Parts: sequence; C-alpha cells; structure tokens
Amino acid sequence: MMMPVHINGEPHLVEDGWRLEALLADLDLSGSRIAVEVNEEVVPASRRADTVLAAGDCIEIVHAIGGG
Amino acid sequence: MTLSDQPLRIAGREFTSRLLVGTGKYRDAAETAAALEASGTEVVTFAVRRTDLGQGNDEPSLLEVAPPSRYTLLPNTAGCYDARAAVRTCRLARELLDGHNLVKLEVLGDETTLYPNVVETLKAAEALIADGFDVMAYTSDDPIVARELEALGCCAIMPLGSLIGSGCGIQNPHNIRLIVERVSVPVLIDAGIGTASEAALAMELGCDAVLMNSAIAHARDPVAMAWAMKAAVEAGRGAYLAGRMPRRGQADPSSPMAGRIRG
Repeated sequence: MMMPVHINGEPHLVEDGWRLEALLADLDLSGSRIAVEVNEEVVPASRRADTVLAAGDCIEIVHAIGGG
Repeated sequence: MTLSDQPLRIAGREFTSRLLVGTGKYRDAAETAAALEASGTEVVTFAVRRTDLGQGNDEPSLLEVAPPSRYTLLPNTAGCYDARAAVRTCRLARELLDGHNLVKLEVLGDETTLYPNVVETLKAAEALIADGFDVMAYTSDDPIVARELEALGCCAIMPLGSLIGSGCGIQNPHNIRLIVERVSVPVLIDAGIGTASEAALAMELGCDAVLMNSAIAHARDPVAMAWAMKAAVEAGRGAYLAGRMPRRGQADPSSPMAGRIRG
C-alpha cells in the first residue's frame, strides 16, 4: 500500500507506515547535511528512525546554501 | 603599530574581525571560499532552502565551503515574510548546525524593497528568544524599533544602511548614530553597503561591525573587494576609536604663522 504525502511542497506516494529514516534513504539523503520538519515540527536526526510517517504528512527537507 | 581594541562581543562569543560576510551571489564555491578568506571574516551568514530531490546533490555544501570548524555560522531567515516562517527556519537551522543557536533574523515586507517588516520581526524575535535562540535582528534604521528589539533581548541590532543589495550606502547616518547612542548591545550595519568608504563610514559612526554580501560578491573582483572591505572596516574602526578632529568653518594653518620671511 502507498500513501500520499507532501515533500518540499510536492505530492509524493510513499510506502504505508514508512519511517522517516527509510524515506531519506530512498531519496539518497541519508549521509547529507540536512534538517527535516514533519508538519511544521523539526524532527531531530536522532529521532528519524522512530518517526513513523502518516498519510497527508507535510515533510520539509532543507540544507544550507549561499545567502546574505 | 596595531589597533588596540576590544573584541567584538555578541551573545558571549568574541570576535577579532568586525566584518561579517554573506555567501550568496558568488560565481562558484571557489570564489566564495577565496572571498571569505580575503575578508578576514569570522562570521559567515547563509540561507536555509529546500533540498532538490533526486538531482545527484553533487555541488559542494555551503557547510564545506564555510566549515563550522573555522567560521561561526550565522543562519539567516532571508526570504521569510512572516514571523511563523522565520521561526520555523531558525529551528531547522538549529537542527542543521547541531544545536547552534545564533541566528540572523530578517522578516521582510515586500519583494520590491525587501524592507524589514518590523511588526513581524518583533513577533519572531520574542518567540525565538523564548525558544533559546540568540537573535541578531535585521531592522529598519528606526531608533525606537531598535530599542524595542533590544528590550526583547536581541543580542545585536542590525539596521539597514539602504535596501538589501542596492549598494546605496548609508542613507540616514543620523539615524544610525541615534541607534548607536541608544542601544547597549552591538549595532551592525546590515544591507546597503556598496563600497569601502561606506563600510568605513559605518564604523566611524560608531557601529560595532558591518555585515555585507553583495558589495563583495557583485564587485568586478570579489576577492580584491573582500580585502578592501577588511581594510575599510579596520580603518573606520580605528578612526572612531581615535576620535576625529572637530569640523571648523574657517581654515586653520598647519604651519606656524611666526617666523615667515617677508619682503
């Protein structure tokens, strides 16, 4: 079963009951210096493994870029 | 001789350099790194943005170009137009930097002027300080707002010289002086500096430091301009500490009047 979520504002289908860690691995971001928010709450890196995603979740994945 | 000066102190951190540098608009990572090096900066600001998904991610991370082991990283909330977005951005930045809590808060009013929305800035500052952040606040050159931000607990007040990216210098030096006189925490000019003389003027007005990005990144030779800005900030600081001579309405000869030959 797949469920709909939003990642960085775009609709995606992910495995039902996936944990955040699995999603990040699937996106090839496991080793990247990123920060993640689910439904406007930051999920610390230490909690990615036990954060279970739900249908309709809004996930934001961000990184540092040049800016002033 | 070298300048005898106190370090710049912001929220318990001490810095020798009084030039803070942004990392946007450079041609590439190598130019960014070279400009940072030439500027002598110790504090580097950066933005937080959505990660491109599935695009290889092979460009060097900003945190590799400006490693936290070498620089104090100052995440900014550029592009935020309300307090809520700014607070979320700061919380993400804190996660990105393993708990580092010093942030540059900027909440903008519109896309044409990028002028600070001080109402939202005040709201965001209050929320961030309650959440344990050390907040350096970008704001207008309004001395009353500056004091309100200080009263909320901001660790630095950063009025604009002129609009972000405009290079129009310090449009209201009188207001900047009023802010410097009325605020106890460090005051930094953030935005508007276009060339070295304007950075020196900021320091001569009594500002504690200057933050800039475009003036360096959009110079024909950014690395050379980074060096010039370093020299300008040091020269302006030195002149401020030395105390300029009074202005006079009439000439005052530098050579003695006595002993002149006369026909």
